[in-house]
Amino acid sequence: MNLRRDVFQAIADPTRRAILSLVALQAMTPGAIAGNFNSSRQTISKHIQILTECSLLEQKQQGREVYYNLNPDKMKEIADFIEPFRKMWDDRFNKLEAIMKKQI
Amino acid sequence: MELKTKVNAEAGKQDMVITREFDLPVELLFRAFAEPELMEQWMGTKVLKFEGRKHGSYRAQTTDAQGKVVFSANGTFHEFIPNKKIIRTFEMENTPMGVQLEFYDFEKLTDTASRLNAHIVYQSVAQRDQVLKMPFAQGLNWAHDRLQEIMNKSK
Repeated sequence: MNLRRDVFQAIADPTRRAILSLVALQAMTPGAIAGNFNSSRQTISKHIQILTECSLLEQKQQGREVYYNLNPDKMKEIADFIEPFRKMWDDRFNKLEAIMKKQI
Repeated sequence: MELKTKVNAEAGKQDMVITREFDLPVELLFRAFAEPELMEQWMGTKVLKFEGRKHGSYRAQTTDAQGKVVFSANGTFHEFIPNKKIIRTFEMENTPMGVQLEFYDFEKLTDTASRLNAHIVYQSVAQRDQVLKMPFAQGLNWAHDRLQEIMNKSK
């Protein structure tokens, strides 16, 4: 049932993270994105495909050109993923603090 | 509101840093990590073995009401400097989570406040992300289980 790629897997790659930070500033064509890297156009195109498949990038057709930009909702989802983990530790540390205050 | 506990896990890295400030003198904060009776209380697990010293080791275990082991973990101390530092390994037994290396720094802020800095290193990016995602996945499972219970009752 793994139709969609794992977002975490997608952002684990440094080139893909660099692409995300580029398009975070402005929508870019695949050619303009590739122009920032030494890798082949084909390699960059594959990275863009992976990022698009997991919805981190959004495609927009403008005339004959396709532009890519960052999907902020998906990025927020990644941040939210960590929230239950943070909450778990926050609860645990609150308990620690309460227990240790009784030791004073 | 500023969050008291912060988790810094950068994308694509195999480590994370958890920081937290406590309204506790650093000596008390350290005791929470150095005395098994206290650890049991806030960690909610039973401590079977605890040798709080360099090259010492520890084991913890949680059992459910039926006596079935639901959590067991162990590790070894590499450094144990009172009120300053603990370096230890941590391994959750019978899980694919692997062994993690933990650096705990205890810092005095004032006479009544302190900060804990926990730097945790995993074997791979994938393993770290797995650990990060666990409470999220558990939350989903619990929600699902509760739903299942409600559905069973309404049958």
